[in-house]
Amino acid sequence: MITKRIIPCLDVKDGRVVKGVNFLGLADVSSPVKLAEFYSSCGADELVFYDITASAEGRTIFTDILREAASKVFIPLTVGGGINTLDDFDRVLKCGADKVSVNSGAIKNPSLIGEAAKRYGDQCVVISADVKRVDGVFRVFAKGGRENTGMEAIEWIKRCVGNGAGEVVVNSIDTDGVKGGFDIEMLEAVCDAVNVPVIASGGAGCIDDFVKLFKTIPNIDAGLAASIFHFGEVKISDLKKELAKNGINVRL
Amino acid sequence: MICIIDYGVGNLFSLRSSFEFIGADVCVSSDPAVISGADKIILPGVGAFCDAADKLFQSGLGDVLISRAKAGIPVLGICLGMQLLFKKSYEYGEHRGLGLIKGSVCPIKPDIPDNFKIPHIGWNRLHFPDDKPKSPIFKYLSEGDFVYFVHSFYGKDCAESTIAVTDYGAELTAAVADKNVYGTQFHPEKSGETGLKILKAFCEL
Repeated sequence: MITKRIIPCLDVKDGRVVKGVNFLGLADVSSPVKLAEFYSSCGADELVFYDITASAEGRTIFTDILREAASKVFIPLTVGGGINTLDDFDRVLKCGADKVSVNSGAIKNPSLIGEAAKRYGDQCVVISADVKRVDGVFRVFAKGGRENTGMEAIEWIKRCVGNGAGEVVVNSIDTDGVKGGFDIEMLEAVCDAVNVPVIASGGAGCIDDFVKLFKTIPNIDAGLAASIFHFGEVKISDLKKELAKNGINVRL
Repeated sequence: MICIIDYGVGNLFSLRSSFEFIGADVCVSSDPAVISGADKIILPGVGAFCDAADKLFQSGLGDVLISRAKAGIPVLGICLGMQLLFKKSYEYGEHRGLGLIKGSVCPIKPDIPDNFKIPHIGWNRLHFPDDKPKSPIFKYLSEGDFVYFVHSFYGKDCAESTIAVTDYGAELTAAVADKNVYGTQFHPEKSGETGLKILKAFCEL
């Protein structure tokens, strides 16, 4: 039977890994390639590289890093950040990405997902949605969580999957960086709405948060986190052992 | 020299890197002369079966591959590359494959319970059939080792050549072999240590 995946996320800016709290106040953590090798050796099931650089120069550094990581780490790599066109898909896929995650790019150009799925296959296209409650309604936010698009999140995610997104990452802005646990209510709503793999993101603070996630929502596929892994608060090998002890199917 | 066939489908960077990482002499080529001169051939592939099959046959590389396989050169098809080794595929219509493995490629969906998601994405265990000796490409592996899958279609009616299966609500073909022709539905180049062990064993054939 397929296993639940644990995915460390590396936010990369100017060649270094950073992680914000509530998407603000970035703090430098480490070298992306070293960190990727380390996570792979600890049992990470997949890695996400998120390019948060804005400049063209930073973009070149990012693809160089991606290429180096993909020649040393042999687990699936997902790349996101700054993906607005099919050329962007091409650029990162050529450097070793297996999946490409789109967020604002799909909001700006709703046909991007369909075109990319047609060219590279559904399995290659990941819709990543930053979601926040506004007056009790799940809304999609753009630009790294700064701008309310006004779109209802569940409908948006369903539409993206209908257009060919093969996987969904749900980042809850409400729980991100707070370390109080994943946003169970939001994730359940997404899992009920789509029949493609759903990855939980935002809010993990300790091992128990992952146990609770997988126990409460049996059809969630993966848990993603950044700072708790980068700062060593949660060790991936310990996490996976604890999940297995709780009857959750993981790759050990 | 191991040659990865470049017929214009998918990303060959990771695949090439994985062979380089284990110290293999590897090249990526679309030149029939280079492919014909290789000791071993890799057929990669992602995307839709019919597009890939068209590209492979129209470029003439499909026929090069068939003649090298018949001459006894070890061939490894990966993911869609494995599916292309089959006689035919029912992915959106009916399409001809290379015919090196008996059987056909069919959608997973009707064969598994409704609550199982498609594509089958993630890490799953390999099981080796009891009634056959372990395939030489799995000589460094143990029963139940994990590999990484991403697919919506799978090889069917190929019991004779099945060398590994995986469980996803039903038994799905994970790897096939007929003499010197091998295929893996999963991605060895994305399956960590386990995957590198398979590539190493293939290099040693």
